[in-house]
Amino acid sequence: MSIFVDENTTVIVQGLTGSQGKFHGLRNRDYGTKVLAGVTPGKGGTDVDGTPVYDSVKEAVEETGAVASFVVVPPRGAAEAILEAAGAGISLIVCITEGIPAQDEARTVNILKRDFPSTRLIGPNCPGIISPGKCNIGITPGDIALPGGPVGVVSRSGTLTYQALHELSQQKVGQTTCVGMGGDPVPGTSFVDCLAAFEQDPETRAVMMIGEIGGSAEESAAEFISSSMTKPVVAYIAGQTAPPGRRMGHAGAIVSGNSGTAKGKMDALSAAGVRVAKNPTEAGEIMVDIVHSL
Amino acid sequence: MDLFEYQGKQYFERYGIPVSKGGVAVSVDEAVRIAESVGYPVVVKAQVKVGGRGKAGGVKLASTLEEAREHAGNILGMDIKGHTVERLWVEHATDIAKEWYASFTLDRTAQLHLLMLSVKGGIEIEEVARTDPEAIVKVHVDPSEGYSLPQALDAVARAGIDAEVRDETAELLVGLYRCFVEGDCDLVEINPLVLNTAGKVHALDAKVTLDDNAMFRHPEWEEFAATDTTDEREKSAKQRGLNYVGLDGDVGIIANGAGLAMSTLDVVSQAGGSAANFLDIGGGADAALMTSALDLINSDSNVKSILVNIFGGITRCDEVATGIVQALAGVDMKSPIVLRLDGTNADQGREILADHVSDRLVVEKTMLDAAFRAVAMAAGDSHGGDQGERN
Repeated sequence: MSIFVDENTTVIVQGLTGSQGKFHGLRNRDYGTKVLAGVTPGKGGTDVDGTPVYDSVKEAVEETGAVASFVVVPPRGAAEAILEAAGAGISLIVCITEGIPAQDEARTVNILKRDFPSTRLIGPNCPGIISPGKCNIGITPGDIALPGGPVGVVSRSGTLTYQALHELSQQKVGQTTCVGMGGDPVPGTSFVDCLAAFEQDPETRAVMMIGEIGGSAEESAAEFISSSMTKPVVAYIAGQTAPPGRRMGHAGAIVSGNSGTAKGKMDALSAAGVRVAKNPTEAGEIMVDIVHSL
Repeated sequence: MDLFEYQGKQYFERYGIPVSKGGVAVSVDEAVRIAESVGYPVVVKAQVKVGGRGKAGGVKLASTLEEAREHAGNILGMDIKGHTVERLWVEHATDIAKEWYASFTLDRTAQLHLLMLSVKGGIEIEEVARTDPEAIVKVHVDPSEGYSLPQALDAVARAGIDAEVRDETAELLVGLYRCFVEGDCDLVEINPLVLNTAGKVHALDAKVTLDDNAMFRHPEWEEFAATDTTDEREKSAKQRGLNYVGLDGDVGIIANGAGLAMSTLDVVSQAGGSAANFLDIGGGADAALMTSALDLINSDSNVKSILVNIFGGITRCDEVATGIVQALAGVDMKSPIVLRLDGTNADQGREILADHVSDRLVVEKTMLDAAFRAVAMAAGDSHGGDQGERN
């Protein structure tokens, strides 16, 4: 089992004809992901290395029946591309685009919640999702992930997601699914969404979560873990020695209170029973111990 | 990007938010000319992107030309918490009857916009939040729905804004929300929002943070960007498309992705060292950007060793390796480089570097090994960083 995707997930790539879209879309296809089509307005009827390209998501879905979309579209068009996918009936949207304006993102995520409640958005500004050996949607290098479980991975940080997979795979500990939820202010999928799905997934027996300073997503995760998780969780929070961040006026201080610091997050997670590591390597080592004792 | 007060006020004016009549000055003569034109008494305000300028003597009332000249002369060039005052905002002084607070920002936890409005505005607003949270009306706004006048009227009534000015305050809030959304701000904050003795409401201060991601649709922001930072290294980094923050240590850091860069700082600290900077080359960096990053770190005289920590995803390790080779050939690198390379095209990257490995370019297998080696090298031990030294 896996969460959100499996070996049958069919995928289109919005932006397949661009250089990033082509590189990563074809790499996903080579990994074994069922990449059925690409979408680029104005390039319908062409193909990219044998994969057909359509003008619209609607057309691509009608022709191929794909259920997921990989959005590799520049920031100025990404929000629109996400909504186009949702409108065409896509149920899983993975958007890797970095640099989407915050107002576009907040509006888009709330439109999805209101009008397309059954559509899941992963990202934006994320590495995507991989269920090793089954499906890879996004920019995660497939060869750093190891099939077979039993660990679920969820991360707010792009490259640290790879680091986490690498630490586990080096120790011969496989993963069921790895979700890179991205570090943007308004992600479509949260830690809690992923933790809840991992808790339900029979093959996932432990979860590694990688957080970072800022926001309160880790504090929310700690609350959920404390109230609703039976499976062991190991966490690492990046930014323990980071310089103090920019102060967002009085409003930032009033809204966030004491949340947001690495220490606050690590304390909240520890209090929820999470094993908190001081670096990604230690997180991997702790997880190896946990997996061997399962 | 944070705006200066005067830029924030100019930005507010585009959305119909009333502000005090005034102008910006970079010289004493200019400040006096503005004072003469807006009419005395005037307030001369230091333009710095840091709080506490009033307490530091950066805000002064002047009733005459002589006083305006004297204050402008004293405040220009003043140092406020490490920020040198290069500009003044000179405005007609307001007879304040009441000081309120208004802001729009994003509540990340709720994933909604948040209005905060209080009749207890002024410099102690954070104290109010702690001791009397009920005095701040907090209202979520759905970004997919927007903010309407009836909602604003409800908020001003709940906050206890004076009945005679509820309509104009509500209109001001709708304008402030438009500024926040259409103006692509991360934060708009008015503290204080004042009611003057003539019964009019306007913004006496302006705190605006723009969303850098929206720069592409705001060509008018160029003038703000031009005055954004005075730190030469950070300015230079920004021009090169690098996310750089200067720190005090001696291990230069280059990583791809903010999370990995922060994690690199963590492990350097855990290895007993101290980072000279935070530098994230972002996703999809090419060889030229990598060379540029090394060149930037090389210009920092505090740096004793450079730790390059790359885990390729959208960034390809062959590009990173090519960038390092180009830097070694074209830049006089003053410090040794310790490199850790994994992920997309890592094997090609290592092949490209194979002929260049020396005591000036060391490749380590893991992030921790690389951190220990870089810290040891910064301390003058070129053979350090072995596994045995970790404890």
